[in-house]
Amino acid sequence: MARMKFICDAERCIECNGCVTACKNEHEVPWGVNRRRVVTLNDGIPGEKSVSVACMHCSDAPCMAVCPVNCFYRTDEGVVLHDKDVCIGCGYCSYACPFGAPQFPAQGTFGVRGKMDKCTFCAGGPEANGSQAEFEKYGRNRLAEGKLPVCAEMCSTKALLAGDGDMVADIFRTRVLKRGKGAEVWGWGTAYGSRQAGQPAKAPEGAKS
Amino acid sequence: MMRLLIVAAAASLLVACGEKPQTATGARSDAPAYTGTGKPYAEKGWKQGDKASWESQLKARGANGQNEYQRTN
Repeated sequence: MARMKFICDAERCIECNGCVTACKNEHEVPWGVNRRRVVTLNDGIPGEKSVSVACMHCSDAPCMAVCPVNCFYRTDEGVVLHDKDVCIGCGYCSYACPFGAPQFPAQGTFGVRGKMDKCTFCAGGPEANGSQAEFEKYGRNRLAEGKLPVCAEMCSTKALLAGDGDMVADIFRTRVLKRGKGAEVWGWGTAYGSRQAGQPAKAPEGAKS
Repeated sequence: MMRLLIVAAAASLLVACGEKPQTATGARSDAPAYTGTGKPYAEKGWKQGDKASWESQLKARGANGQNEYQRTN
């Protein structure tokens, strides 16, 4: 098995926020904490694009790198999780994360800012799989039940895909080939420029790289 | 009386020696997901504790549930 991954198909997302609602319901996430949210670019303008964003379970996660108490760990499937019994709620991970995934409840042990809470890829935490303690701290452990993250499973347009990276890539590749576009949304070309992404493939004449 | 004072002073001075260590230990280890929950809420079609069957279950669930091209064609 490859690594567990999310991908959101911006061509399909209709900003229904069903993924956000499903996540909050499944894990009984407290008020003020959103493990997942939908971001819309050019909202209200024809051609707007929406993307569902949560923890991306980075291969080289910046939150893990900056945590002063080393509360993060990565499972064999590449899911980045953390131990709330070790977390001190300092917020460094929040500053380091480019996706704004770490959330901090307003009420809790630390008063103003509680222990960090984030998407677990529905994989729970270090407590015993499926235990009450795990549910109260991290939410349901669907992976240990043979299920995939609820946000992706209930996505009505199947914009949000989750699961084994190879499988997710196969599905997305099939879509892109069938409809003839969409690959420009993600990847090297978007980050560094390509004709496919509507940008010049090489630097203009005389320009220094 | 003097002995009592000495004992009280020693006790007050040694109070700090009973403090628990506060060294950071890092995150605890987590049981792999394929070991299952041991509860009947788990999806059928795989055996809890069998990694191969868990992986094939997740792949099949993901492909069948998320790839409509596979379902309709």
